Amino acid sequence: MKHHQNLVLLILVVLLAVFPLWLVQKPAPAADGQRVEIFAGSDDKAKDLIGDINPNYRRWFEPLIEPASAEIASLLFALQAALGAGFIGYYLGVSVTREKYSARGKAVEEGAASC
Amino acid sequence: MHIMEGFLPVEHAVGWSVASAPFVAYGLYAVKKRIRENPEQRMLLGVAAAFTFVVSALKLPSVTGTCSHPTGTGLGAILFGPAAMAPIGMVVLLFQALLLAHGGLTTLGANIFSMAIVGPFAAAALFRLARSLKLSFAVGVFIAASMADLLTYVTTSLQLAWAFPDPAGGFVASFAKFAGIFAITQIPLAISEGLLTVVIFNALIRFNPQELKDLKLLDGSEAHA
Repeated sequence: MKHHQNLVLLILVVLLAVFPLWLVQKPAPAADGQRVEIFAGSDDKAKDLIGDINPNYRRWFEPLIEPASAEIASLLFALQAALGAGFIGYYLGVSVTREKYSARGKAVEEGAASC
Repeated sequence: MHIMEGFLPVEHAVGWSVASAPFVAYGLYAVKKRIRENPEQRMLLGVAAAFTFVVSALKLPSVTGTCSHPTGTGLGAILFGPAAMAPIGMVVLLFQALLLAHGGLTTLGANIFSMAIVGPFAAAALFRLARSLKLSFAVGVFIAASMADLLTYVTTSLQLAWAFPDPAGGFVASFAKFAGIFAITQIPLAISEGLLTVVIFNALIRFNPQELKDLKLLDGSEAHA
């Protein structure tokens, strides 16, 4: 039962991510021929908005290191996600195996079967 | 929710750092104490940190045509209490500030406050409220995790509106603008985060019921549900 519920929930998450891609249409290029970007980052948009509200604001501190390119940035983000997902996968794998081989696991199985 | 490096005036940057510091310090103390008393919880604490690592790296598209990412702090806040997430959130934010130029050192305090303090405290409080209203475990987890995510972005909008009030409309108009970018974009992502957190808890309930009982999240009757 829980497995089905998780499957449904994961499908919902995927749909929530895909739906905007389908919903948001790419706008026509602006008059000056510049392509209008969609799905930019919200942090960048906030930065632009700060510039609109207070054009005199000057950034007073620069990042110490910037990723050399968008490719390098995506490498680091992928690494971040992989480390986290790897650990969660390891933990769940250990938990599943432990439950499978433990006597307590069997008791839980019986308990679940009788529910 | 990352306010970029150098994009908060000095006094705001310092103020938010001072505001966040005691939470991080107490959180570190609480985590250390917990690991000393219950060393077996170390792995699950790692899972809470890992979850924040994963989902905060996932920039998801939203209906506003903007990309943003979940925060992942609800899981750990429900498991270990909100204080534990302050140092964990700080580690994630430091990683992104130092290596990815995403967020920053000068804005670290403000970003910790929204993601690793407001979010987790909201999650813990809402989870307790949902449980006291006899809502099911999964519904409580969903509400807590998704609202923690959303309120983090509302906090970021408040922080930016405070630092950059609109010349015409002041704080309120500025908040509406920033919230239009952050909070509205975040609504579907917050739902995703709530669902993902329920998925993790379903797995934990199935395979780690003893750990959840030790954390006083499950009583005997729910472990078999």
